[in-house]
Amino acid sequence: MPDLLFAIELTISGLLNGVMYALVALGFVLIYKASGVFNFAQGAMTLFAALALVGILARVGLGLAIVFAIGVMVAFAFAMERVVLRPLVGRPPLSIFMATIGVSFVLEGVAQSIWGAEPKGLNLGISARPIEIGGVYIGRVELYSAAAAAALVAALIWFFQRTTIGLGLRAVSDDHEAALSVGISLRRVWAITWTIAGLVAVAAGIAWGTRLGVHFAVVLIAFKALPVIIIGGIESIPGAILAGLVVGATENLAEGFIGPAVGGGVKDFFPYLIALLFLLVRPYGLFGREIIERV
Amino acid sequence: VIYRETGIFHAGYREDMRIFPLSLDRAGMALLLVALFVGVPLVASEYWLKGLLIPVLCYSLAALGLNLLTGYTGLLSLGHSALMAVGAYAAVIAYGRYGLSMLVAFALAGTMAAGVGFLVGVPSLRIKGFYLAVSTLAVQFIIEWVMTHVSWISGGVHATINVPPLRLLGMELDTAVEKYELCLVVVVGMTLFAKNLVRTKIGRAWMAIRDRDVAAEIMGISLFKYKLMAFMVSSFYAGVAGALLAFAFYQAANIEEFTLASSIRILGMVLIGGLGSILGSFLGAAFVVLLPILIANGLHVAAGLSGGLVRTDVVANMELVVFGGLILFFLIVEPLGLARLWKTFKDYLRLWPFPY
Repeated sequence: MPDLLFAIELTISGLLNGVMYALVALGFVLIYKASGVFNFAQGAMTLFAALALVGILARVGLGLAIVFAIGVMVAFAFAMERVVLRPLVGRPPLSIFMATIGVSFVLEGVAQSIWGAEPKGLNLGISARPIEIGGVYIGRVELYSAAAAAALVAALIWFFQRTTIGLGLRAVSDDHEAALSVGISLRRVWAITWTIAGLVAVAAGIAWGTRLGVHFAVVLIAFKALPVIIIGGIESIPGAILAGLVVGATENLAEGFIGPAVGGGVKDFFPYLIALLFLLVRPYGLFGREIIERV
Repeated sequence: VIYRETGIFHAGYREDMRIFPLSLDRAGMALLLVALFVGVPLVASEYWLKGLLIPVLCYSLAALGLNLLTGYTGLLSLGHSALMAVGAYAAVIAYGRYGLSMLVAFALAGTMAAGVGFLVGVPSLRIKGFYLAVSTLAVQFIIEWVMTHVSWISGGVHATINVPPLRLLGMELDTAVEKYELCLVVVVGMTLFAKNLVRTKIGRAWMAIRDRDVAAEIMGISLFKYKLMAFMVSSFYAGVAGALLAFAFYQAANIEEFTLASSIRILGMVLIGGLGSILGSFLGAAFVVLLPILIANGLHVAAGLSGGLVRTDVVANMELVVFGGLILFFLIVEPLGLARLWKTFKDYLRLWPFPY
C-alpha cells in the first residue's frame, strides 16, 4: 500500500510543520488574550528575533546568543508599549491592528538594515539524518522543535492559569477599565505580554531558522498562522495548537494528493480555504468564545 | 479674510447642497481641473507623465475605492489588489483577446471585480474586524493562485498578458499625454460619482454602519444590503483602477503587480491620506507613490555630499521603515491623515492674516 504509506508520511511531516504553525499562532493568541490586540507584526517579530540571533551567533556561543535575542525582544516589547500602545489606549481595536501593520514594516526594514537581507543558515548542531520508524522518516530538527514547543506551551498555560501576573493578564483582556479599577497596571501588563510574544518569536525564529534558514520568508509564516487562529479560536491556546496540527496535516495531504492534478501551489491557500469555511459556519473557531453584542 | 463663509447666503436648497458651497472653492477646483487637463500635458515631460502622474492617478482610484469600504463603511480589506488584478485581467482579456471596445473592457473590469467583491462581502455579514481582514486575506491568496494556475486567464507560465496598442472610439492612444488624459477622465468622473455617492442615503447608511453597526441596524438600515453594496462599489473602483494600471501604466496584466504587499500599500495610502475622505485618497496615493522616489533622491543627495554610493537594498529598507513609521505616525498623532492637515490649513486661512 504505497498510497497509505505516502499519506502517513505526509501526515506526520504535516503535523510537525503544524507544530511550527502553532508556535507562531501562539504569539498571536497570547497578545490577543492579554490585550485584545490582533498583532499583525508577529511574523516580523519572528524575523527580527531570528536575525538578531544569527547576527550575534558569529561572535558568541549559542547560549549567549539566545540570551541576547531575548534581550532584544524585551527591549522591543518595552519600546512598543511606550511608543505605540500607550498613545493608542482607548482607540478602536482596528486602529491598533493597523498600527501593528506599520510596526511590522518598521521591524522588517530595521532588521534588514542591521543584519542584511541575504539568507543565512542557522546551525544548532542537530544531525540532519532523519529517524526511521516503521518505514516512515521523521526529521530530527522537527522532532526537537516539536518537543520545545510542547514545553513552551505547558509553561505558558501554567503561567496564565496559576500565577498572579497571568490572572492580571486575563483580567485585562476581559475589560481594560475594570482591570485598571482593581489596581492592575495596564502598562506593566502590556509590556509583559509583548515580552512573552517576543519570547515565542525567538522560539519560532530558532525553529524555522534551523529548518529553512533565516531570511525574509520567515515573515510569510505569519500568514500561515492567521488561518490557524481563525480555526482554533482567537483566544484559545489549546485551539491554536490543535488547529496548527490540523492545518499542517491537511495542507500537506492536499498538496500531496490534489496538488499534482491542478498544478501545485495548493499549500499556499488551502489553510485559508478551511478558515473561510470556519468563518462562514463557526466564526469564533473551535474553542473561541462566542461574543454576544449589545449596543 | 479673503477665504471665508461670511457674507455668502444660500437662497435655496440647490445652493445649500452644493459640493462646494464657497465660490472661491469652485473657482479653485475649476482652475485645478484646467491645470490638470491642459496645463500639465503642456509642461510635463514624458518621465513625469509615465513614471509619476499615471501611477498616482491609478492608485488614487484604487485608494478611493478602498476608502469607500474602510473609511466610510468601516470594513477592512487586505485583498484589494487582488480585486484590481481581477479588473486588470478581465479588461486585458476582453480588449486584447476578444477585441472588444475599450469602454466595454472598462465596464467589464469593474463588473467582474464587483462580482468577486460581492462574494468577498458575504462573510462580512457575520464577522467583522480582524476576522474580516483574514477572510479578505484568504481572497487575496486564492485569487493569486487562480490567476497563476488557470492558463485560460493567465495565458502562460508567467501569468502576464500584454496589451495591444490602445484605441478608443477610433483614436489611437499611444503617447504618454493621451494615456494620461484617459486616466484623468476616468478618475475625475469616478471621483465625482464617489463624492456624490457619499452624500446620498447610501453614503449616510455606510457611515452609520461604520460608527455603530448594531445601532444602525436597529434604526432600520439593512446591514446585508449596505455592506454588500459597499463591497461591490469598492470592488468596482478597484477593478477599473486595475484595468487603468494595466492599460496605461504596465501595458500588461501581470499578477506580480497585485500581490499582498500592494494590498497593504493601498491600505497605507488610505491611512496616511485620511480615512473617510475623498481628498485624502488622492493625497495618500500621491504620497505613497512618490515616497520611494523622494527617499532614493534624498539618499543620493546625502551620499553625493559625503562622496559615497547608495546601495539599492539600503533604499528598499529605508522605504519600509519610513512607510511603516508614517502609518504609525498618522494613526497615533493624526488619525484623519493628510486630509485633516489640509483642513487645518484651510481653517487657518479663514482668519489669516489676523490671529483670531
